[in-house]
Amino acid sequence: MTQRSATNIDLVPRPTTLRRVEHCMGTVFSIEIGAPGCDPLVVEDVIRWLHWVDATFSTYQADSQLSRLGRGELGIDDCAPEVDEILTRCQLLETETSGYFSARAAGRLDPSGLVKGWAIQRASDLLTAAGSANHCVNGGGDVHCAGTAAGGGPWRVGIADPLQRGQLVAVVAGSDIAVATSGNAERGAHIINPHDRTSPIAIASVTLVGHELGATDAYATAAFAMGEDATAWIDTLAGYRGLVVFADGRQWASADFAR
Amino acid sequence: MKRVIFSVVSTIVGLVALLSFKSQNHATVGAALPSAGLGASSSPAPGASSSPAPGANPAPASSTAGEPSSAASTPASASKTFDGSAVQTRYGTVQAAVTVLGSKITNVSFLQLSANDGRSADINSQAAPLLLQETLSAQSSNINTISGATFTSEGYLQSLQSALDQAGIK
Repeated sequence: MTQRSATNIDLVPRPTTLRRVEHCMGTVFSIEIGAPGCDPLVVEDVIRWLHWVDATFSTYQADSQLSRLGRGELGIDDCAPEVDEILTRCQLLETETSGYFSARAAGRLDPSGLVKGWAIQRASDLLTAAGSANHCVNGGGDVHCAGTAAGGGPWRVGIADPLQRGQLVAVVAGSDIAVATSGNAERGAHIINPHDRTSPIAIASVTLVGHELGATDAYATAAFAMGEDATAWIDTLAGYRGLVVFADGRQWASADFAR
Repeated sequence: MKRVIFSVVSTIVGLVALLSFKSQNHATVGAALPSAGLGASSSPAPGASSSPAPGANPAPASSTAGEPSSAASTPASASKTFDGSAVQTRYGTVQAAVTVLGSKITNVSFLQLSANDGRSADINSQAAPLLLQETLSAQSSNINTISGATFTSEGYLQSLQSALDQAGIK
């Protein structure tokens, strides 16, 4: 009996209050909520929020507001206010990134480079507002972590190696961090340099670490579109650190990347 | 000079990831399913698990987790294998099993891994070995989450979580 108890104690490495996994936006969202937790109904609100964003902004669904707006069937005033919020912010990001981030990078209206990170950030904010001090929301590899991981330490986010499946190139640890990785490894050459409408081939992935995931995600997309010039630009970004893996295996990182 | 210090995650020594089912379109059970372990010494031979056959309902959690039938005669350090529940995903059915030694996962295998269509099969063929490796890599470096993960992690992770729950890991 004693032995059995001891065995069971061995089998408790990391207590987690709640873990929720949800298919959405063509990818997988994983929500981990640690102590003190929050009302489970709020988690359902978060899930509903993510699906609402998908239904509203999807470029794959012909009847989404975004798709209809792109075809000119709806005006911006006919859409949810969040659509205007996103497109206005895309304009700002386009200016900030010298045009390397664009809601029309490939021609047609597609603000996805901002939408997913923004949606994850808002999901995390919803949880925080509901009393969850410690949680992590991961949407298909873009992550926002609040507070601390189970056990009180910082969240530890592994960065996938874009050149070697299953391997990690780095680990970023922190509390209240946003981590976004842009690259063509999983879905083909979908990141387009708006200036020449090609997808960079010299660069394999860009990971940025910031605090607000919407901008972090969009900046990572912009940096990827810059190709070889990404590193110099990342160095000019105040409040962000980055890791770039090039197609030939070279790696570059901000001086304080893995702090 | 930039001093870049990565917490580079070491390659798992002895990692076995079988990439042998690229051309299969439908449910595959048995030797072709991928599995991964941390060194041969701690990995039981395929089929050594005392778990129910694929497709059968896993034993109730209480009998599996609380009082393994072999607990009384087995040293605390012995490996135990737990089956996850089969999870239906829109990409197919996934059921994983984990082998635990102490508090460490030493082996991960699939009891069921089906695909609804050719594209899902293609994704599975790439994702399954990746997921196996990620699980073991993440554990070895105490990772909470991964930036850059892929599609079919949902079914797998839920299945893995289910297995961990049965093993008493919350």
